[in-house]
Amino acid sequence: MRFAVATFPGSNCDLDCVHAVEDVLGAPVSTVWHQQTDLDEFDAIILPGGFSYGDYLRTGALARFSPVMESVVAAAKQGKLVIGICNGFQILCEVGLLPGALMANDHLQFRCATPELVVENADTPFTQDYQSGEQIQIPIAHGEGNYYCDEQTLQELEENRQILFRYNSENPNGSTAGIAGIINRAGNVLGMMPHPERAIVDWMGSADGAKIFTSMLRNWEER
Amino acid sequence: MVYSLPTEPSPEQVREQSLYREMGLADDEYEQIIGHLGRLPNWTEVGVYSVMWSEHCSYKNSKPLLRKFPTEGPRVLQGPGEGAGVIDIGDGQAVVFKIESHNHPSAVEPFQGAATGVGGIIRDVFSMGARPVALLNSLRFGSLDNNRVKYLFEHVVAGIAHYGNCIGIPTVGGEVVFDQSYEGNPLVNAMCVGLLSHDQLQKGIASGVGNLVVYVGASTGRDGIHGATFASVELSEESEEKRSAVQVGDPFMEKLLLEACMEMVEQELLVGIQDMGAAGLTCSSAEMAAKGTCGMELNLDRVPQRETNMSPYEIMLSESQERMLLVIEEQNLARIEAICKKWGLQSAVIGQVTKGDRYQVYQKGECVADIPVMTLVDDAPIYHREEKIPAYYTEMKEINDTDQLEGHNPESLFEQLIQSPNLASKRWVYQQYDHMVGTSTAVLPGSDAAVVVVRGTDKALAMSTDGNSRYVYLNPEQGGRIAVAEAARNVVCAGAEPLGVTDCLNFGSPENPDIYWQLSKAIDGMSAACHTLKTPIVGGNVSLYNESGDQAIYPTPVVGMVGLIEQRAHITTQTWKGAGEQIYLLGETLAELGGSELQYVVTGQVSGQPPVLDLEKEKSLQTGLLAMIRQGIVTAAHDLAEGGIALALAESCMDSGLGAEITLSSPHSHVTALFSESQSRVLVSVKKSDMEKLEQLAAKYQIPCTRIGEVIEQEKLLIEVNGEEVIGRSIPDIKQLWEGAIPCKMKASLTN
Repeated sequence: MRFAVATFPGSNCDLDCVHAVEDVLGAPVSTVWHQQTDLDEFDAIILPGGFSYGDYLRTGALARFSPVMESVVAAAKQGKLVIGICNGFQILCEVGLLPGALMANDHLQFRCATPELVVENADTPFTQDYQSGEQIQIPIAHGEGNYYCDEQTLQELEENRQILFRYNSENPNGSTAGIAGIINRAGNVLGMMPHPERAIVDWMGSADGAKIFTSMLRNWEER
Repeated sequence: MVYSLPTEPSPEQVREQSLYREMGLADDEYEQIIGHLGRLPNWTEVGVYSVMWSEHCSYKNSKPLLRKFPTEGPRVLQGPGEGAGVIDIGDGQAVVFKIESHNHPSAVEPFQGAATGVGGIIRDVFSMGARPVALLNSLRFGSLDNNRVKYLFEHVVAGIAHYGNCIGIPTVGGEVVFDQSYEGNPLVNAMCVGLLSHDQLQKGIASGVGNLVVYVGASTGRDGIHGATFASVELSEESEEKRSAVQVGDPFMEKLLLEACMEMVEQELLVGIQDMGAAGLTCSSAEMAAKGTCGMELNLDRVPQRETNMSPYEIMLSESQERMLLVIEEQNLARIEAICKKWGLQSAVIGQVTKGDRYQVYQKGECVADIPVMTLVDDAPIYHREEKIPAYYTEMKEINDTDQLEGHNPESLFEQLIQSPNLASKRWVYQQYDHMVGTSTAVLPGSDAAVVVVRGTDKALAMSTDGNSRYVYLNPEQGGRIAVAEAARNVVCAGAEPLGVTDCLNFGSPENPDIYWQLSKAIDGMSAACHTLKTPIVGGNVSLYNESGDQAIYPTPVVGMVGLIEQRAHITTQTWKGAGEQIYLLGETLAELGGSELQYVVTGQVSGQPPVLDLEKEKSLQTGLLAMIRQGIVTAAHDLAEGGIALALAESCMDSGLGAEITLSSPHSHVTALFSESQSRVLVSVKKSDMEKLEQLAAKYQIPCTRIGEVIEQEKLLIEVNGEEVIGRSIPDIKQLWEGAIPCKMKASLTN
């Protein structure tokens, strides 16, 4: 399974994602400059965290126009696994692969912490190595992680079990229904504010993020 | 012939009206310039000299004192004089680090002032060829009861967060202190730590006649030019408004600049590289030429500009952010341009290295400055200021600092202390900093020292900033020693061997003999400690004139210490690990409450004498503790500092989910036993089976070692002194007070 990690100008978690894939899976992984348009050789794409284009205009609003995004959209349509982490989640919402939007945290401050999450749905390519209802710890670091969608969308997300992760007790940003991560209807595009690449070995404080990567690999192997 | 713009004062006017004084040059300094040039300097040249001979660039007031610092050691690859110091960490790798102040800009515009302080120190580190891996800071504010202080605090923290988070370098540690002495003059010191391979070490040097001088990064604007210079009415009538603006940082631009420079370093395309920071284009280009003992020719028409009609003076002195100056061989120009294009950066060839010693600047075909380059750097004036023992020092010495604090109820003192903003949890601050980006942070903010692992090796770096200015005020020499020793102790507690120091000397005006004495004595104390602890000072910054009204800040030397952890297994934190573990105090508690947090909280001021630091004892403690940690017997280690043993015990309980039952026997009062800030003390915990080993090692290193209690399952802190129970509190209760103190002082809406 070959992973691509897209690097936009201002991405700053791209190498962290590369290291996570290497360390957890030992799978081949490379960064892809945002102007590259050919993603055929890759089986999964990671849109990493950071401040693409300095968050100017609106988070993710400029990165969605980078040439690589057309190929990301095409890859998602083909059923390849796409995961957007933090700024990557924001870009996925902007480009329309995921519904809703990410607003400024309700307390208006940047927040870096390790909240507890609940895995809401363990029957997806990204979560199959977890148990539904499992409580896990994965760090967050964002100023704009306050997920918002209208009521109808929320209802659909709930009914289709598209909410994969929710903040457990304390909501660190005011997001609707405590949402920390969602997938698309087809189940192959995940956006999440927490950073699984920051929780892959015990010395990091938690290794709970590793199962996202192992789930993806197992899903691909079992296809 | 050197050209003068018609819109600027003529060389004669500069002399007759003493206009050079507005740029901070003294009369005799101006005369020296005439001597160096053999003619009257024009406006631009006066400007160039004034910034090159400023304290910031020339250290003219502090140089004679700074020479006392030990700067050499077997591991030192680069001492003071470059962008940052460089120390070998083995395997062909080195750690690069430096701390710098951005005090005055932050006092005026706290958000951008702090943000650009971070941006500047990052450039200092990556201009050495190193990839920045961590940021730290050291902040000082007035009392949080003052609304202006709350505003400064909130915006400084947000500014640091803005820059560090966006560029993607984790802010892993630091310190924040609140004291009335900083009411009108906050301190914002930022430190950056980077890693490099020895063969990628870069220098700020211009050499090779004919080599190109290349400008990369943001355009030059009128920001950061000395505002005071243009205050005169005569000037503003003739020319457009030139009031300087506050510099504005663009961390996104700096991220692009960082990645582009890293690519240039990897491809070995650079002869020299230097940040355009303080004094902008002038300082970077003149220093590079002087280091290479060659001349330089600059054509200002080619400098990217974001405003129209900028004069040579403005272009040369602008402090616009996110700019880098390179010297390269012409054959590499195309590759440099390709890298810049990839990262969306503009670049321009703005000059070349010349034979001889002339520093020549051209605009529109006219020579607008022509200066022997060495006179800008090597011939800067040096002042040996007068020093005098201040009257306050003699008075303070006589005050008995112990008696005034006796008779208070220890438990209520304890409750006050954990809620003092100086000792309370700083979570409100560090949760705004991304302290995990880079996925290398092994020990998060809130511990004695932060720890960042070195990928691809089993090594890690421990780092800490420290400086107790109350001690320095009461006794600059002891205070200077303590600043270094405590920073070193912090990194040892994390399992590291201290490697070296970067320092930021924040003081008042050196022209005041009292303050020059503080500076001189503090440097003596720091030097002695650096010498004994074998931690050379490899770089730093001096910030003088920190005064508001006629009130100087407390003398505040801030020490940034970096240590090497040989194996990740040695990484140690302050948090208890398991019930039943035995708690020991290493070191001795004396009646030392002068300058303590307790004294400040109870009396509202400090007096008496600070703790005495015996360097030999400190050295034994640190060597012995490191040996204990490396033998794998220490489960937790915590430095004893402000608030004494009571606070340290509470802190070790906070995140452990455990408690501690402590029995102290002391020849002193309860208050002294609990809150004395005696130096060279550390709390450690060990498993029962390792007690004997610990005691043997303590004996071997001649460290006083007392078993004082054990970790218990119950989340309670129970302290008995001489058979009397003095503190008995539930940890969740005190944790609530401890974590709530700062959010409570800020506003409710910020507490989420």
